[in-house]
Amino acid sequence: MDAKFEVSSSRGGSLTKLAYYSTVQHKVARVRSFDHSGKDIENEPLYEISVQEEITARLHFIKFENTYIETCLDFIKDHLVNTETKVIKATGGGAYKFKDLIEKKLGLKVDKEDVMTCLIKGCNFVLRNIPHEVFAYQKDSDTEFRFQTNHPNIFPYLLVNIGSGVSIVKVETEDKFEWIGGSSIGGGTFWGLGALLTKTKKFDELLQLASKGQHTNVDMLVKDVYGGAYQTLGLSGNLIASSFGKSTTADKGIGVPSGTIQLQCFILWQGEVQALFLRHEGYLGAIGAFLKGAEQDNPNQYSWGENYAGSSGLMSTSPDVYPMQRTRSGTFDMLEMDRLERPLVNLPLLKDPSTYIPDTVDLTDDAMARKYWLTCFEEALDGVAKRAAASQPDSIDALQRAEKFRQKYWNKLQTLRQQPFAYGTLTVRSLLDTREHCLNEFNFPDPYSKVKQKENGIALKCFQSVIESLDSLGWEERQFALVKGLLAGNVFDWGAKAVSDVLESEPQFGFEEAKSKLQERPWLEDSYSQWLERLKEGPPHKCALIFADNSGIDIILGVFPFVRELLSRGTEVILACNSGPALNDVTYSESLIVTERIAAMDPVIQSALREEKLLLVQTGSSSPCLDLSRLDKGLAVLVRERKTDLVIIEGMGRAIHTNYYAALKCESLKLAVIKNSWLADRLGGKIFSVIFKYEVPCK
Amino acid sequence: SPVLWGGGWSILSMASQMLGAPQHEVSQKGAFCSRTEESQPHLSKTDLTARISFFVFLFPWFGLDIGGTLVKLVYFEPKDITAEEEEEEVENLKSIRKYLTSNVAYGSTGIRDVHLELKDLTLCGRKGNLHFIRFPTHDMPAFIQMGSEKHFSSLHTTLCATGGGAYKFEQDFRTMGDLQLCKLDELDCLIKGVLYIDSVGFNGHSECYYFENPTDAERCQKLPFNLENPYPLLLVNIGSGVSILAVYSKENYKRVTGTSLGGGTFFGLCCLLTGCSTFEEALEMASHGDSTKVDKLVRDIYGGDYERFGLPGWAVASSFGNMMSKEKRESVSKEDLAKATLITITNNIGSIARMCALNENINRVVFVGNFLRINTISMRLLAYALDYWSKGQLKALFLEHEGYFGAVGALLELLDSA
Repeated sequence: MDAKFEVSSSRGGSLTKLAYYSTVQHKVARVRSFDHSGKDIENEPLYEISVQEEITARLHFIKFENTYIETCLDFIKDHLVNTETKVIKATGGGAYKFKDLIEKKLGLKVDKEDVMTCLIKGCNFVLRNIPHEVFAYQKDSDTEFRFQTNHPNIFPYLLVNIGSGVSIVKVETEDKFEWIGGSSIGGGTFWGLGALLTKTKKFDELLQLASKGQHTNVDMLVKDVYGGAYQTLGLSGNLIASSFGKSTTADKGIGVPSGTIQLQCFILWQGEVQALFLRHEGYLGAIGAFLKGAEQDNPNQYSWGENYAGSSGLMSTSPDVYPMQRTRSGTFDMLEMDRLERPLVNLPLLKDPSTYIPDTVDLTDDAMARKYWLTCFEEALDGVAKRAAASQPDSIDALQRAEKFRQKYWNKLQTLRQQPFAYGTLTVRSLLDTREHCLNEFNFPDPYSKVKQKENGIALKCFQSVIESLDSLGWEERQFALVKGLLAGNVFDWGAKAVSDVLESEPQFGFEEAKSKLQERPWLEDSYSQWLERLKEGPPHKCALIFADNSGIDIILGVFPFVRELLSRGTEVILACNSGPALNDVTYSESLIVTERIAAMDPVIQSALREEKLLLVQTGSSSPCLDLSRLDKGLAVLVRERKTDLVIIEGMGRAIHTNYYAALKCESLKLAVIKNSWLADRLGGKIFSVIFKYEVPCK
Repeated sequence: SPVLWGGGWSILSMASQMLGAPQHEVSQKGAFCSRTEESQPHLSKTDLTARISFFVFLFPWFGLDIGGTLVKLVYFEPKDITAEEEEEEVENLKSIRKYLTSNVAYGSTGIRDVHLELKDLTLCGRKGNLHFIRFPTHDMPAFIQMGSEKHFSSLHTTLCATGGGAYKFEQDFRTMGDLQLCKLDELDCLIKGVLYIDSVGFNGHSECYYFENPTDAERCQKLPFNLENPYPLLLVNIGSGVSILAVYSKENYKRVTGTSLGGGTFFGLCCLLTGCSTFEEALEMASHGDSTKVDKLVRDIYGGDYERFGLPGWAVASSFGNMMSKEKRESVSKEDLAKATLITITNNIGSIARMCALNENINRVVFVGNFLRINTISMRLLAYALDYWSKGQLKALFLEHEGYFGAVGALLELLDSA
């Protein structure tokens, strides 16, 4: 890792936050088509896989206590390899106080940036770029934190910044804001008083201590003043009448101060006033200062994604939750954001982007489901680590890295067991994404690359015979066979343990075997008749957008025959595959090769490609799930241009864990085979139950 | 006859008991709802004469405000007692009167604020002096015990009380002291008391005052303020906690907000931080301390003023903010800590009051409550802060009888119920 370009820090009275931009070198798997030039050799692999170094941009945010300022400056100095940097952007009171120290130590000019301007810039940035950034805090509730979907329009809001002191700012637009008040009683007061009153001197330990204390021993409550009679007055007896009001009486308790100060930044939305907090409250100033410094490169033009592997999560306010982690986070807390190659936008076909929630089950809320899925991911972990190591047989440290990956993801899972809200709403998607991030962190960019390569090769060999048998069927029979093929293809999912076990032990398990596993109609969710009716009676669709799932049989023998049928009907097809690898999901670059090979065999596909009636695009995602509010801008443009009127979402990750309830402006098909008995049970079915959900938006 | 009006529920109840009239329910807010001639048809002219003589024994006139920390007691001492009355005055009553008026301290904690005594007051046709007494709330059980020992209940009087303690101790009064408390609304009493005392003045002087040049020790002056036309005003009552009321007329007021950081917080924190044990001690320490060693000022962070938002370098950025550092913790004195506590609480109240005044569009802010007793530091700071942050738009006003208005209001409710 080498830090380049711009470093900025925000020093409030007590904590130093450092934001820096670095380029991260990491390995990516690339696929390249061989030049077969006619001589198709039986045992030759379909395409070449290579692992290459790629450089991507990453934003890092680190939080220190001020006492570590020297360490912090050393850190900056050590990582500041780009000597072109002459200026460091700093904000917060400390920017003034430590100006000389910084200039001397780093030999850089300190450019002081206004605190509030930076804070607001930073706040706008996280509100735009981090899903589940905003949450409401619920006292005395099972779910301590309730995360909010990102609102497309973030203004106006009231920003209450609680640092050492408190500032209150009304933010109306990106550039228009007004300071409307403040208080000197803030985090510094809590820390200062806490240090005076207790033996604890560190901020984080004070918070922890406070969480164990009973403020009612110290504070005078309404019920202390009114006795038992407060109910008749319509008052809550637990309201504090006089803070520390009880400390004057003879028996002074133990002198633990109340921890009623919430060290979070909260904002109030328009309309209903609601206290909202941000997960990355502490970083806003530093992010803002950074953004100011990076204006010529304008980070606002990019989309950013939180890297779960490199970020420490949100901490609970409850006592005794992983004291070790708490202590560590007090002095060293971090957030990493990867710059995505292309900007992400909403799918234009979303019915209401402001209420769209990708995930079907909120595991933060649903304790039973959470328990199941965490256990499920724990149990699968050894296998994933093994596969990761096996995917790089030539690497000498693959085993070690796989073990590190295993440890890291295991720890994340344990953190999530204790603090489900650590990274926003906990969902199956976030669990899957975190696993992918952790794999990448230890240079396992694509553990399934070889599996995918092999399966794609095998499936391609069957393509023509599958097409022949489909073509021999009558129209109605064929429609059903196509759907069944699509579903059977979807059985081949290495992400599902029930399936990967079968695939590991029965290498000959094929398309026909998969078909035989499928549930008979009526399916668990079955609107096939309506779909058939639509095909029979209605005009051909103008353009269909298909989100593909797995490599191999799924894409080649399931999706492509279906695509071919749509094309024959005169429907254009946009086939969207992931930009980066996730499990055995087909990637955009793999889809290019596969399509090229199919086109060589099939004139329908070939002419559709040539006439641009079949278009291959990338989703912008590297997740086994699908967030329709964060899709590649190119895809969105194409969807609009081609007047897409049918969306097909395939697979458990994309159509069940996410988007099961997604409402679209056009017709949609959600298809999946449930390859997990617990989930099947929950939905009222058995393993290999079929979901076939055809929806038409109400006019 | 004004004497008759002053009667109160207890004499009627006695009279009606004697006459066989039904007892009246004690309502929560006032016990005297049905005391008119019409409602007492049984009373004849001769009975009324009887009532006049009864009335004398209706004393003592008390108003009680039982707060979270302090009990405030006002006592009206009649100075126009005729020889005849004196003769008929029961022993108990006489001894209570003597006990209260001949002492300035009661037990180890009760104190009569002699300097606040209102002389030659005419209340309900009677002339007398109004006495102001306070003692800690935690001595309330002893007070009730004393009332019981002195057979206070034999006086057949009703005690009018306000404050949270009126609820908390109601049961004790009944069981231990055989006394019926008449509970009154805190804020009603407060406003009633303020308006009344301001209207009668302070022994010929003005009750209300303000500070001119509040930060300049040399030029700072306490000057009388004429509150003749008081509305609208923002009333900030600083007791253990703080209540802020917007008062638009005698009957029309609302509680705007409050904060739990009040006098109790100052005293409680001081006890914890300095080991002091009385409010006076805490204030004395504060007067010798330097809060800027404890608080982090704007200039400590920015090196000077924070110009963009017009914050002066001397403003406190983070109360107790310097105490995050070990060295600074070791270099401050208890006096510094006491002063910082006082400044923190006062500034916070001032700032909330300013925002309320702004929201309510009221420019006169009256500060009352026992937090301000012998607390010139806070009063001057409030005066200065309000003036500075409002750019001269807001005026901080103070009243001589600081914390006693609730008790006065309770007494007035007793007398004013007609």
